[in-house]
Amino acid sequence: MTNPQQQPITRPGRAMLVQLWRENPIFRQVLGICSALAVTNLVFNTALMCAGLIWTTTMSSLTVSLMRNTIPRRVRVMVQVLIIAVYVIVVDIVFRTLFFETHKDIAAYVGLIVTNCIVLGRLEAFASKNRPLASAADGLGAGLGYSLILLSVAAVRELLGFGTLLKNTAWETVVLRGWEPGVYETWWRNWTIMVIPPGAFFVLAVAVWAARAWSLRQEAAAAKEARP
Amino acid sequence: MIAEAAGGTPGAALIVVLLSAALTDNILLSRFLGMCPFLSVSRQLKSALGMGLAVLFVTTGTCVLNYWLYVYLLRPLAAYGVPAESLKLILFIVVIAAFVQLMEMLIERVSMKLYYALGIFLPLITVNCAILGASLFMVNNVASGRFGTWQVLTYGFGTGLGWLVAILLMAGIRHRLRNAKVPPGLQGAGITLIITGIMAMAFVIFQGMVKV
Repeated sequence: MTNPQQQPITRPGRAMLVQLWRENPIFRQVLGICSALAVTNLVFNTALMCAGLIWTTTMSSLTVSLMRNTIPRRVRVMVQVLIIAVYVIVVDIVFRTLFFETHKDIAAYVGLIVTNCIVLGRLEAFASKNRPLASAADGLGAGLGYSLILLSVAAVRELLGFGTLLKNTAWETVVLRGWEPGVYETWWRNWTIMVIPPGAFFVLAVAVWAARAWSLRQEAAAAKEARP
Repeated sequence: MIAEAAGGTPGAALIVVLLSAALTDNILLSRFLGMCPFLSVSRQLKSALGMGLAVLFVTTGTCVLNYWLYVYLLRPLAAYGVPAESLKLILFIVVIAAFVQLMEMLIERVSMKLYYALGIFLPLITVNCAILGASLFMVNNVASGRFGTWQVLTYGFGTGLGWLVAILLMAGIRHRLRNAKVPPGLQGAGITLIITGIMAMAFVIFQGMVKV
């Protein structure tokens, strides 16, 4: 994951930026997509999941980093999982109170943030070795990097699958009016495949492909530049 | 999800639970759970089999344990104002972690050969979302009064079996893919995701077979 020759990253801002793009948890490492793919056919559900994950990574990174010298090594995974679970329960209760209808759909997936590999991965790789502020920034960056990709996947899926954006909210906008016989005689037909599971895999694969191809091209250009 | 349509004998109902858990509601292909180990361990058929068997065993065991704890401990406690819905998350994850730890110790005692075959996959299992997911979805079915102990046992087994089948299929396909030309940006995760999508399409077809 990290290059051994690289300097250890300890500055908070830098740690966040690295997680946000260069070591982006989704398209670099393809981690933690489990609990999110299932909700990415609606932008609003995805936004809630992302908010929950950002909160959980940031706060649990901060907590684990503060406790990093007191947690016994042998039981550290267990302790970390329990810390994550506490923050996830907070998210669950907040969502249940504020967004009752949406929460009914995504409740099981919110609970599954506990086993999201991104959270535990950042705790193991960064927070258990670094200072609190840098760890929180690292967690925040990982959460934002995850949200960046997932929200774009969700936007594509909802737009093509339902023809709307932010469906089931006060800000619902119909971008592409779907064709209904006798009601709307428009040219657009909604793509069912974007609503069902396979659509998520295809859109995410294309997103990963685009991001990787772009960074491969950047690397090639940088290598060319380095050579005189 | 269990089909009421099965009606008739309890055995037939159990088969429906098994089929829907393993095929139509495949935890990996229609619920997207357990993706991380699925993407990373499916490079070789042998390790895929080891991981799949470990998941199968742990899912079956923890589903039943979590069901008992939920019904006989958390639900009665809820009457005294204990927030059962929030606590179940912590309880389930602790049960899973403890179960994995115990199983590791037990296998180490009983068979060194099995320990070396499964050993490295066992710690990874605690953070496999498919296992926690199976318990959480199981609770949804229990809440609607459709699951008893036998159904939960079958459901856990079916879920694990579905995951095992999916990872074996994927390992086989990736083995064949080694000689294929894949664009550089798509290598690794990208192409695996596309194949998973195609597999998911095939599993969507099963949804007409067992009505949920």
